[in-house]
Amino acid sequence: MTSFGSHPDRTGRDMFAEAGLAALEDAGVPAADVDELFYGNFVGTLSEGQGHQGPLMAETLGTTAPSRRIESACASSGLAVHDAVRAIRSGEADVVVAGGMERMTNMGTAGATKGLAGAADDLYEVRSGVTFPGAYALMARAYFDEYGGTHEDLAHIAVKNHDNALVNDHAHLQQEITVEDALGAPEIASPFTLYDSCPISDGASALVLTSPDYADEHGLNTNVAITGAGHGGDTMALHDRQSLSKTPATREAAEEAYDDADIGPSDISLVEVHDCFTIAEVLALEALGLYSYGEAIGAARRGETRRDGELPVNLSGGLKAKGHPVGATGAAQVAAIATLLDGTHPRADAVPNNATVGVAQNAGGTVASATVHVLEVME
Amino acid sequence: MTDVTNGKYDAFLNALADGEGYYLTCENEHGLLPPRRACPHCGDRDLAVRDLPESGEIVTHTTVFVPTPQFEDDAPYVTAVADFGGVRLTGIMQDIDQNDVEIGDCVTATVESNETADERTIVFRPTE
Repeated sequence: MTSFGSHPDRTGRDMFAEAGLAALEDAGVPAADVDELFYGNFVGTLSEGQGHQGPLMAETLGTTAPSRRIESACASSGLAVHDAVRAIRSGEADVVVAGGMERMTNMGTAGATKGLAGAADDLYEVRSGVTFPGAYALMARAYFDEYGGTHEDLAHIAVKNHDNALVNDHAHLQQEITVEDALGAPEIASPFTLYDSCPISDGASALVLTSPDYADEHGLNTNVAITGAGHGGDTMALHDRQSLSKTPATREAAEEAYDDADIGPSDISLVEVHDCFTIAEVLALEALGLYSYGEAIGAARRGETRRDGELPVNLSGGLKAKGHPVGATGAAQVAAIATLLDGTHPRADAVPNNATVGVAQNAGGTVASATVHVLEVME
Repeated sequence: MTDVTNGKYDAFLNALADGEGYYLTCENEHGLLPPRRACPHCGDRDLAVRDLPESGEIVTHTTVFVPTPQFEDDAPYVTAVADFGGVRLTGIMQDIDQNDVEIGDCVTATVESNETADERTIVFRPTE
């Protein structure tokens, strides 16, 4: 992946080239062997006026292999990974590049806020003043009302994820913050302040996925494999959902991925979850079955999800501190789990001893779409 | 506001503005706003039109300080989801101090133009 951050002067094609070429080099796979590109991107037609980005991005990798751009808001490249896994399992492809890119800071805060609002229902929500932070704030308020919890509980999540990113040189924000900083920051959408929100970032990510046969034949180093993939859906508008404090699309994706990998929540040692806003980490941990509903709100405050806790969550810094170049996020999460498990991530020293299973959860909009991937260390 | 409309959604807004709001419901009593041809929850296509109850109850709310460009001059404002019995609506709260909005408050719904872009939006007001 590229560094995530503010790169308004870099073109999308240059960022994806950097991430994709590095991934091919790391994997030891020549561009000529790539069968397909699955490329995630959300607002490229707005931010760069560029449609048809699939072939454009394949070119940057040195190939004209078939490609597609996958758009599922913030879950775009999680879905790219999901569909790439299906392509390989079906036997249609042996080598696939899955990744994504987003260029956003060139749009300015107002332009990016408008672009991100496109992940909500335009008629039912955006025209009623719903912003992306506002939508999650509606969920946070509903959660507090149903289960309890405070803004201070959420602040502990922000502090944890900022702290995790301090050694991650690819992170957008390498900045230590305190609970007091988070509580005292400018308000965005109550109960959220600035530090409940991930930054607006530019960046790209890419993975090279191969069939087991291709990896064997070419002697590739494959310490870690994707053993489970799941994809879930829900209504776009929050007001059409039965509950505003649960995210069943993640639950559906998790159940599918766990069944696929033949694991359960108790087998999981670390997770990267989609913390676009602090409450989203809570909703994800509960939907993944790692906490009962109403219990994850205090997990960071109690220390359980910190890097020295029982279940480290977002060791990369998460979207909160690593940054959230929307279309690049899902694949970057999978890359983070893979490198944490194989010991090459800067926070790998915090991975629990004997950890063999990690999970990445990616969500689109207010979790109207979600993907879950299970990664395992291969014996 | 442009002359382009959004079909049945704008027809719904017209009715709500005239005090004749309605919603759609499927055979399993899932309440929906137009335009719908099928229920997203159960797939039923036999959708009936019902009158929107006069008042609803706030189920969640937020005060938005950083708006999208089309609400720039309106911020800060309160967006809320309100339950009108058979159906839920998302709208903007008016005529109440932002700090006084609470879950469970009773509201009525109408349609007004926002300050920034003169675009129509669903508006909630506290019941008297």
